[in-house]
Amino acid sequence: MATIPANEGFDAHDHAHDHDHDHKPAFFARWFMSTNHKDIGTLYLIFAIFAGIIGGAVSGMMRAELAQPGIQYLGYFAQLLGTANPSFDEQLHLWNVLITAHGLIMVFFMVMPAIIGGFGNWFVPIMIGAPDMAFPRMNNVSFWLTFVGFMSLMISAFMPGGTGQGAGTGWTVYAPLSTSGSVGPAVDFAIFSLHLSGAGSILGAINFITTILNMRAPGMTLHKMPLFVWSVLVTAFLLLLALPVLAAAITMLLTDRNFGTTFFDPAGGGDPVLYQHLFWFFGHPEVYIMILPGFGIISQIISTFSKKPVFGYLGMAYAMVAIGVVGFIVWAHHMYTTGLDVNTKMYFTAATMVIAVPTGIKIFSWIATMWGGSLEFKSPMIWALGFIFLFTVGGVTGVVLANGGVDDNLHDTYYVVAHFHYVLSLGAVTSLFAGFFYWFPKMSGRMHSEFLSHLQFVVFFIGVNLIFFPMHFLGVQGMPRRYPDYAVAYTYWNEIASLGYVIMAGSMVIFFINIAYAFLAGKKAEANYWGEGATTLEWTLSSPPPFHQFETLPVIDDAAHAH
Amino acid sequence: MAGAKNHDYHILPPDIWPFAGAMSALTMAVGGVFWMHDMAGGTAIFWLGLLGVIVTFFSWFGKIIKEAHAGDHTPVVQLHQRYGMILFIASEVMFFVGWFWAFFDFSLFPSELAEVVAGQWPPKAIEAVMDPFDLPLLNTLILLCSGTTLTWAHHALIHGDRDGLKKGLWATILLGAVFSAIQAYEYAAAPFAFGTNTFGSSFYMATGFHGFHVIVGTIFLIVCLARVYKGHFTPRQHFGFEAAAWYWHFVDVVWLFLFVAIYVWGSWGAPVH
Repeated sequence: MATIPANEGFDAHDHAHDHDHDHKPAFFARWFMSTNHKDIGTLYLIFAIFAGIIGGAVSGMMRAELAQPGIQYLGYFAQLLGTANPSFDEQLHLWNVLITAHGLIMVFFMVMPAIIGGFGNWFVPIMIGAPDMAFPRMNNVSFWLTFVGFMSLMISAFMPGGTGQGAGTGWTVYAPLSTSGSVGPAVDFAIFSLHLSGAGSILGAINFITTILNMRAPGMTLHKMPLFVWSVLVTAFLLLLALPVLAAAITMLLTDRNFGTTFFDPAGGGDPVLYQHLFWFFGHPEVYIMILPGFGIISQIISTFSKKPVFGYLGMAYAMVAIGVVGFIVWAHHMYTTGLDVNTKMYFTAATMVIAVPTGIKIFSWIATMWGGSLEFKSPMIWALGFIFLFTVGGVTGVVLANGGVDDNLHDTYYVVAHFHYVLSLGAVTSLFAGFFYWFPKMSGRMHSEFLSHLQFVVFFIGVNLIFFPMHFLGVQGMPRRYPDYAVAYTYWNEIASLGYVIMAGSMVIFFINIAYAFLAGKKAEANYWGEGATTLEWTLSSPPPFHQFETLPVIDDAAHAH
Repeated sequence: MAGAKNHDYHILPPDIWPFAGAMSALTMAVGGVFWMHDMAGGTAIFWLGLLGVIVTFFSWFGKIIKEAHAGDHTPVVQLHQRYGMILFIASEVMFFVGWFWAFFDFSLFPSELAEVVAGQWPPKAIEAVMDPFDLPLLNTLILLCSGTTLTWAHHALIHGDRDGLKKGLWATILLGAVFSAIQAYEYAAAPFAFGTNTFGSSFYMATGFHGFHVIVGTIFLIVCLARVYKGHFTPRQHFGFEAAAWYWHFVDVVWLFLFVAIYVWGSWGAPVH
């Protein structure tokens, strides 16, 4: 894997001649008709940042409301969104809309587009020595379907839903709240939003699998592939097999809502719990879809800044495969309180805990990679170390929640909210920032400020831990999730969490200052600005790479692996 | 592009259809929601969007055919297409898994709560079901037969027998059309309604989505037949035909599962229509 020495073992790598005929299409053709994996990756990243700002603003609205017990701001927010004189019910409905929008945006329109669409598109072809994706045109429709999916969700916010505007169903869209509980077109728009972006993701998954299996450069065997490529390969299989089941489930919602079927309507013999099974059969692989590419990014970074190949490369690759496989048979641990019988709960408890084994392999192998390494604490490494710590916290609370008996008490409390934000907001998002600072100069050609990135990490780390660590306490004390109001006893830790949000928002300001700095005053990035530890193929190309790289395919020399 | 391409992969010029197709899909979704909620302009917006989607498919696949003739489909690009089609069919399989999951949930654990079901399968409210060994069995034989005629066409193609290819494809398309016609008749004459209970929901949605796939597969085969008349396929390169054949066999296999599970096992012991 990451043992390919830069500029060694490749045939033709002189890209000086590229400037002559490296002409790019004009603006509209380049960005609206793109068939270039790097441009499409850039589109995904810009889109994800844009969606992340909206999703992050929604969390700000929620943290503002939750800063104190009672209802303070929902009426004001409802007026901002176009409801004149919102009734109390409409204000409460807005709360449901906010939690729904936050979840859907962050999962489908921020993390997935950034980590798979953005970094996957940019670096999977380059890392395997390919000139582009297998299906460059289909690559573009994946992006635009994600984009119109987001548009559909935005439209839903301004449509009548249940007791007010917008889809207030939670990102899980559980029946019967999403069926008989939410008449009005808002939920239909949310459902189509998932259909559209889901179709885009399935096509993207097909593209990634085909690319990785068929377009590896001569000598780039599966067992030499960088771990980031492995992670995207496993992720693509999860997308391919899980998303169609969600498509079926939300189509059942649609026909229950509009055409009189009774899949989830008990009066017609239907079963709301069936929806939960179908949803979580998708939903659990989905959480690995969000985190596995992050694992891949972290592996690249830890290896680069330890100046060592990853410890236990094959174990790391197959640990991800194992997580992917086992991820399909643990879904009902999201449903312990739906009345599953004891034997079923026992099975899902045991199966879920099994996941801790391959996950442990990954954590310990990252640590073992650093052991004895020549460590360099550049900004991506700092973010990667933060990832290992924060993700481990989330992983450990995951083992707690895996217990069906314990979860009977913790289900739908803030403990669960704390858990999945530690693995996602503090895990997946931290890996996104790690990857961003690792590759930003490669993509843009400009160096970011290491100081600002370090500063952002420190502020971010303090902020997110202040938001989410107290939620463990709130959850154990019994505070239920998805309510805009709470008992006065929960005030203290909620105040801390809201304060943490302000700090975290400050770290985002630093982030945008850093990007602006890079484009305005950043130094030009060299081909390999991280030095000898960075050994994958992207570091053999200029920063930014030529519009079409590897017009003569690189050859990965077997002898280079002898040492 | 750069003109220095030293590999067999397919690098494409910019193309508007992905953007246009996605916008058409959004238009169709917006129109669909408006239509379902009887809001102004819904039907018109929906059909406009659907038209855009159809035009996109037509233009997009038209380009792929042109590129094939231009020699862009090198052996490795053809391999990509094979992988792409197989993976697409894999995702389709998982889509049907969702519908079978619902069916088996309802049939193995019929609701005790709902009076219309009353803990039995088929539900109490279903007074009669289709006789699986009447038209459904005929349809099973028709689809199996269409699989053999398609294989006949494929072998004819491989052996350069254009006449056999045309006959085999015509037969397959006609058998597919007859299947769809019989399904339409069955729906019209069915002794139970769409929706209203778990039987009417899972039966119609599962068989309906299968029927939709039969129609798509038939269109796919019609496109292939038109291309045969234009002389597009050679004994060595005819992936468009193979993809259509794979899709058809997939649709065939889904039907076998539907027939065994829903028509035969799922209506066992119930009075037939």
